Amino acid sequence: MKVHLSHPTRDVVIQGPKRVADVFKELNLIPEAFLIIRGQDLLTEDETVADGDSIEIRPVISGG
Amino acid sequence: MRCRKCPKRAVLGLPRHNTAFCGDCLTEFVRTQVQRAIKAQQMFSPDDRVLVAVSGGKDSLTLWEILLKLGYRVDALYVDLGIPGYSSRSKEKVEQFAKVVADPCGSQLTIHAVEEDAGAGIKEIANLIKRPTCSACGTIKRYQFNRVAWQNHYDVMATGHNLDDEAARLLGNVLQWQEEYLQKQSPTLPASLEGFAKKVKPLYRMTEREIAAYAVVNRIDYLVEECPMAKGAKMLVYKEALNRLEAESPGTKQRFYWGFLDRQEKSSSVASSMSQIDQTTLQPCTVCSQPTTAGTCSFCRMMARAKTTVK
Repeated sequence: MKVHLSHPTRDVVIQGPKRVADVFKELNLIPEAFLIIRGQDLLTEDETVADGDSIEIRPVISGG
Repeated sequence: MRCRKCPKRAVLGLPRHNTAFCGDCLTEFVRTQVQRAIKAQQMFSPDDRVLVAVSGGKDSLTLWEILLKLGYRVDALYVDLGIPGYSSRSKEKVEQFAKVVADPCGSQLTIHAVEEDAGAGIKEIANLIKRPTCSACGTIKRYQFNRVAWQNHYDVMATGHNLDDEAARLLGNVLQWQEEYLQKQSPTLPASLEGFAKKVKPLYRMTEREIAAYAVVNRIDYLVEECPMAKGAKMLVYKEALNRLEAESPGTKQRFYWGFLDRQEKSSSVASSMSQIDQTTLQPCTVCSQPTTAGTCSFCRMMARAKTTVK
């Protein structure tokens, strides 16, 4: 699957299918600090992302 | 995962409430929480005129949208900081929201450009006066929001600070034992003195993640990009630490901040003690007349130094 990340902006490819919770683990990210978006839909941690899917992992933390 | 309120697919789990919501129920939940915050903290009434400080990010645009949906009389102010690239992109998001969402509701956007005031953008000003950019930015934004709210007779000024912002700020203040700042961490700060607008934070019950999810579900087109000046800021370190604690023990952030508010409420009346302190320590600035503890306020001193150096 193709994963789009921000801060800094980059794309990575990881093996699917995978549960969202496992995507977070593989990328060493804390779920509380991100949303996962496929198309225009938010995905919860128990949902599965197919190998051919493109998802965005969007950070939610802001502020200086 | 299913929504806990209806049969639809959930779009967000909320571990701190041990629940999950579909898009519609999340929207209802967030708006209800904001309405509860407004009432519980006596922020404003439907008759009051509210000025929202907007930046183009998720929190401020979401706050503007929610207040409009709840039927409040709300306008917005955007301060253009003159950060190359970033400011024009954030302004574009604000202007687009104003045109598509706010304008049809009769809600107005005001834009203040820092460069027109000082002849330089925020980064250049901070460099000239040898202050951290976030510090100079905070001084300018606080000053301009208060000035516009006061001069245009708004009853209250609202900012998009959320639970994560307030918990991180509280953690920072406690770690440094900055007790003088703790009193100003209330979601409602009174208009304690002539020249000071009342300030409120209606999103203090919501986490950043819940607000971001609301924005995505409701198609609020916000700037995802982080301010380049915030890189390495302490607040981001505190937020990450709190999120690690939250992952281990859901509800940590709300217990920390709301627990602080409970203790603050029991120990004294924030409104009366702040008013007393302000009335004994503040006087009109010799340049702009806004309240200050010094003869000339920090904003006017900063602008004077910046203008002298720019010329």
